[in-house]
Amino acid sequence: MTALASFTAVDDVQARLAREGYVADRGLATTIFLAVTLRRPLFLEGEAGVGKTSVATALASTLGSDLIRLQCYEGLDVAHAVYEWDYARQLLELRILEASADVDRDDARRELFSDRYLLKRPLLRSLEGAPGRPPVLLVDEIDRADEEFEGYLLELLSEYRVSIPELGTIAAVEPPVVVLTSNRTREVHDALKRRCLYHWIEYPSFEKELAIVRGKVPRAGEALARQVTALVQELRTAELYKSPGISETLDWVSALVALERDSLDPATIDDTLGVVLKAREDIEAMTGDRLQGLMGRAMLQGVRHSG
Amino acid sequence: MALTANLVVFGRLLRSVGLDIATAETITAIDAVQRVGLSRRDDVYHALRASLVRRHDDIPVFDAAFAAFWQDHGERWGRRDLRAIGEPRAGVSIQIEAVLPETDASAEEAEDETPSDRPLPVGELRTSSSAETLRDHDFADMTPSELADARQALDALTWHPGERRSRRWAPGDGPRLDLRRAFRRSLTTGELLELPRRARRVVRRPLVVFCDVSGSMERYARMLLHFAHALTRSRQRVEAFTFSTRLTRITRELGARRIDDALAAAARRVPDWSGGTRIGEALRAFHVHWARYVLRRGAVVLVISDGWDRGDPAMLRHEVARLQRSCHRLIWLSPLLGTADYRPLTRGLVAALPFVDDFLPARTLRNLEDLARHLNTLPARRTPRRTAVDPQKALAP
Repeated sequence: MTALASFTAVDDVQARLAREGYVADRGLATTIFLAVTLRRPLFLEGEAGVGKTSVATALASTLGSDLIRLQCYEGLDVAHAVYEWDYARQLLELRILEASADVDRDDARRELFSDRYLLKRPLLRSLEGAPGRPPVLLVDEIDRADEEFEGYLLELLSEYRVSIPELGTIAAVEPPVVVLTSNRTREVHDALKRRCLYHWIEYPSFEKELAIVRGKVPRAGEALARQVTALVQELRTAELYKSPGISETLDWVSALVALERDSLDPATIDDTLGVVLKAREDIEAMTGDRLQGLMGRAMLQGVRHSG
Repeated sequence: MALTANLVVFGRLLRSVGLDIATAETITAIDAVQRVGLSRRDDVYHALRASLVRRHDDIPVFDAAFAAFWQDHGERWGRRDLRAIGEPRAGVSIQIEAVLPETDASAEEAEDETPSDRPLPVGELRTSSSAETLRDHDFADMTPSELADARQALDALTWHPGERRSRRWAPGDGPRLDLRRAFRRSLTTGELLELPRRARRVVRRPLVVFCDVSGSMERYARMLLHFAHALTRSRQRVEAFTFSTRLTRITRELGARRIDDALAAAARRVPDWSGGTRIGEALRAFHVHWARYVLRRGAVVLVISDGWDRGDPAMLRHEVARLQRSCHRLIWLSPLLGTADYRPLTRGLVAALPFVDDFLPARTLRNLEDLARHLNTLPARRTPRRTAVDPQKALAP
């Protein structure tokens, strides 16, 4: 393993991710360090919008590797996750071969089922990393896939090889760094989780989220960044159908910057609340006194943290 | 070596408090701790958590065990602490049990509260023909031995709450061409003689059960929980909740194979057995905390309640409407329905019923048999929803 594709210590992870603009707390950094060092898949769970997917993106740029992403959905099968033969081209080639005079059937078969007609999907591509340069494989929202696919993935993650009946077995020279994410819409099978290192990502603390806002929306004024972050933190403590994630915070700050606001006021909140709250009931609940109360607490928190 | 020994003991401790940890995980944990080093307590904590915990729900238990085992040395955390541990295991495990909610003592208490749930002496067991005569008895009027017979009869029922087409394709008689098979066959025969097809696979619908355990339901709740347990055993995908003043998820507890274990465990989890009812608030808690995780892909929802509600009817109405919108079929079971003079006029039911697809009795064994039949023949399509009378929708611009 070259120095590029590994970390020397937990601090190294934190510092290098920070350089890529990803703020990782100690726990996440420790787990990432272990996942890369022990070459075990990293299983990330957490509420929607806590930055699970961006871990993989940041990790790939930190390691200087390619990011290969597989978005999961119900019914995801080998043809879309691993490989598929390019039937249209195969049929065309078959016609051409037939048109030419003498064709040996075995030769034709060997030709038609060669690498040239293979459509490589994310899982197969993730096995093709050059020595010392493992790609980062992101298996996003594994909870959306069904059990059949989980079973297949488990097999792949223990062997890092794919067998294609017509072609033979393709084994990884350099196994990928694997990141799986789940929104916990169902319990993923234990056997798959056992292969992985598990980390639950919490909503970020005020300081962490503020650091993310500063990093991602540098044009936002300090007061605005603080107020929005504090208010979103308060909104997460209210019992909402859909709590806002970090991307909602960033969207809100960006929207307010575009509207040239440098601080929050009730009218502005009213006009732009739809950027943070995505359920009609939640927006309706956040009016008048309730919002005033949250704002008051948010302002206090902002002051306390700056003091 | 001391580190290895300590971690093996720690793994055993976690097992004793209910975490499912295999040797492979302990080996990973040893490896992980060696990689991060022993200089920082939080690194050791996260290395162990990453390798030993696999569920968010288990993190509090892990935290308690970690705190007790690697005692809180605060700033003085250092190499020596990890090595020195290992002997005080017995003392430690007692500490852990005090931290955890479920202990053997409370299990015994729960059993004391419910003497009727104890297995009956063998001599009192009756034949199935006596269950036949029980079919129309009100659960509330049954003697303990009759209840036991009724339960046996329940276990024999088959449940099949409908199917839906999944988005997974498998070889079959469906609309999609199976090009892979077509092409391979054409190579053997030389011609594209037939076109194999793929169809969407059919999967069973998940079932979500809410059981009211408030005071007015007391005489029925245990029988209906048994019914929920019978459902759990017949199929994998059952989510179960109880509610009265608040909502409790008992899915895991009901998963126990033996019914008495399951009910005792469930009773321990339910903090307000036989309190008042606030159905609206309970359903709201479900929508906020659970719906995204457990209510998915065309579920069939059973609400078992008499509808005696002390909460806000507007909230109940709103939450039931939301529940109906997010499931395939919403079935409300009431043990009061079917008695001669009963009219569903309780505030709760008046608010809820416009958004319920089926309102059915759950008072006798025969009712539950009918329910099984109803579920087994559930139509594939949703019933039309009364969106027009949803007050929230009417208010929206």
